[in-house]
Amino acid sequence: MSIFVDETTRVVYQGLTGSQGRYYGLLNRDYGTQVVAGTNPRKAGEDVDGIPIFASVAEAVAETGATASCIFIPAPGVHDAVIEAAEGGVKFIVSVTEGVPAHDEARFYNHLRRDFPDVQLLGPNCPGIISPGRCNIGITAGHIALPGGPVGIVSRSGTLTYQALYELKQKGIGCTTCVGIGGDPVPGTSFIDCLAAFEEDPETKAVMMIGEIGGSAEEEAAAFIRDHMTKPVASYVAGVTAPPGKKMGHAGAIVSGGRGTAAAKMDALRSAGVQVGLNPTEAGELMARIVAGL
Amino acid sequence: MDLFEYQGKQFFAGYGMPVSPGEIAFTVDEAVAAAERLGTPVMVKAQVHAGGRGKAGGVKFAATVDDVRTHASAILGLDIKGHVVGRVWIEKASDIAEEYYASFTLDRSEKKHLGMLSVEGGVEIETVAEENPDAIAKVWIDPVDGLSESECRSWVAAAGLPDVAVDGTVDILLKLYTAYVEGDADMVEINPLILTPEGQVHVLDAKVTLDANSVFRHEDYAAFDETQSRDERETAAHKIGLQYVGLDGSVGVIANGAGLAMSTVDVISQVGGAAANFLDIGGGADVDTMAGALEVINNDPAVRSIFINIFGGITRGEVVANGIVEALERVTINSPIVIRLDGTNADEGRLILEPHFSGSLQMAPTMLEAAERAVGLTATEGTGA
Repeated sequence: MSIFVDETTRVVYQGLTGSQGRYYGLLNRDYGTQVVAGTNPRKAGEDVDGIPIFASVAEAVAETGATASCIFIPAPGVHDAVIEAAEGGVKFIVSVTEGVPAHDEARFYNHLRRDFPDVQLLGPNCPGIISPGRCNIGITAGHIALPGGPVGIVSRSGTLTYQALYELKQKGIGCTTCVGIGGDPVPGTSFIDCLAAFEEDPETKAVMMIGEIGGSAEEEAAAFIRDHMTKPVASYVAGVTAPPGKKMGHAGAIVSGGRGTAAAKMDALRSAGVQVGLNPTEAGELMARIVAGL
Repeated sequence: MDLFEYQGKQFFAGYGMPVSPGEIAFTVDEAVAAAERLGTPVMVKAQVHAGGRGKAGGVKFAATVDDVRTHASAILGLDIKGHVVGRVWIEKASDIAEEYYASFTLDRSEKKHLGMLSVEGGVEIETVAEENPDAIAKVWIDPVDGLSESECRSWVAAAGLPDVAVDGTVDILLKLYTAYVEGDADMVEINPLILTPEGQVHVLDAKVTLDANSVFRHEDYAAFDETQSRDERETAAHKIGLQYVGLDGSVGVIANGAGLAMSTVDVISQVGGAAANFLDIGGGADVDTMAGALEVINNDPAVRSIFINIFGGITRGEVVANGIVEALERVTINSPIVIRLDGTNADEGRLILEPHFSGSLQMAPTMLEAAERAVGLTATEGTGA
């Protein structure tokens, strides 16, 4: 089992004809993902290495039965692309693009929640999602993940997500699904969405959660873990040494007014029973011990 | 992007909000000339990207032009929390009957816009929130619906403003919300929003942070980008589009991905060192990006070793390796480099780098080991060695 995506997921790539879309779309297909379509209103009827291009997501869904979309469109077009995907009928949307204005994110997040409550958006500014051996949507290098289980991963940071997959693989530990929720202020999928899904997934026995400074998502996740999770969680939070008032790369990673510090997040997680590592390697070791004890 | 108060007021005025007439001055003479044109009394206000200006002596009332000369001389060059005042805003002084607080920002937990209004203005809102939270009336706004006039009126009523201030405040808040949304602001704050003895509601201060991701639809924001407070290193990095934050240590950091860069800085600190910077070369980093990153770090005199931490996802290993090799050909790197490279095409990257390995360019298999070596090198290498 896995969460959100598996070998039956059929994906349309919005922006497959662009250089990034083509590169990662074809890599995802090579991995085994069912890449069934691409969209580009000016190139409908053409194909990208045999993948048919349609004018819109709605057409791609009608013709190919796509159930998910992956958006590789420059930031100015992401708002409309997300709405097009939801209106087109896919149920899972991955938005990789970074640099989307926060007001756009707030608008499409609330638009989806109201008019398309059964559509799950992942991102923007995220690496995507991989259910190793089954499906890889986004920019994660598939070979760094070991298929199987028993660990589920959820992370706010792209490269730290890869780091976690890699550390676990080194230790011979597999992953059911790895979700990169992204580092923006309004992520479509939250830690809690993933934790709840992992709690329900019978193959996932433990969860690795990677947070970073800014906002209060880790504190909210800690409360959820304390109240609703039976499965063990190991965690790492990046940015212990981050100075206040500075955005650390991600739009959402900022300590402001003494809020959003890594220390406060780690405290909240620890008091919810989460095993917290001080660096990614230590968190990986904690997870290995949890897995050994399952 | 943080705006100076005067830029914030110009931004607000563009959306029809009432602000006082004023002029920006970079020298004492300019300040005096501005005051003569405006007519005294005026306020002389330091323009810095830092709070607590008043307490630091950066805001003064000037009854006469002589006062303007005195105060501008004192304020220009003043250090306010590490920010040296380079410009003062000379503004027609206002009579104040009451002071309020108003702001809009994104509530990341609720994923809605949050408006805050209080009759306790003129002090830091964090203090009000702690000591008298009931004095802040809050409204959560769905970004799809926006803020209607009737919602705005109930919100103002909930804040308990006097009747005379209601219409003027509703008008300003609706315009402030429009400025916040249409202007792609992360935060807009008026503190204080004042009621004059004549019953006018007026914007007396402006704090505005704009979303740098929105510049593609606001060409005029380029001017604001130029007035951001950055140190020399940050300016150089920003010029070539790097995500760089200057820190106080001696290990230069280059990593791909914000999380990994933060983590690299953390790990350096854990093994007893201190990073000189945070630098995320991001996805799709090419030869020029890596070379530029190395040059920026190489020009930092505090750097004594460099830790390049790359995990390939969107950034491929051979691209990173080629960038390093080419950068080494372009500039003489003053400090030894420790590289940790993994992920997509890492093996190809290692093959490209191997012929260049020496005492000043080495690889470590793990992040922790690389950090230890880089920190160790700061102790053995003199600057510029």
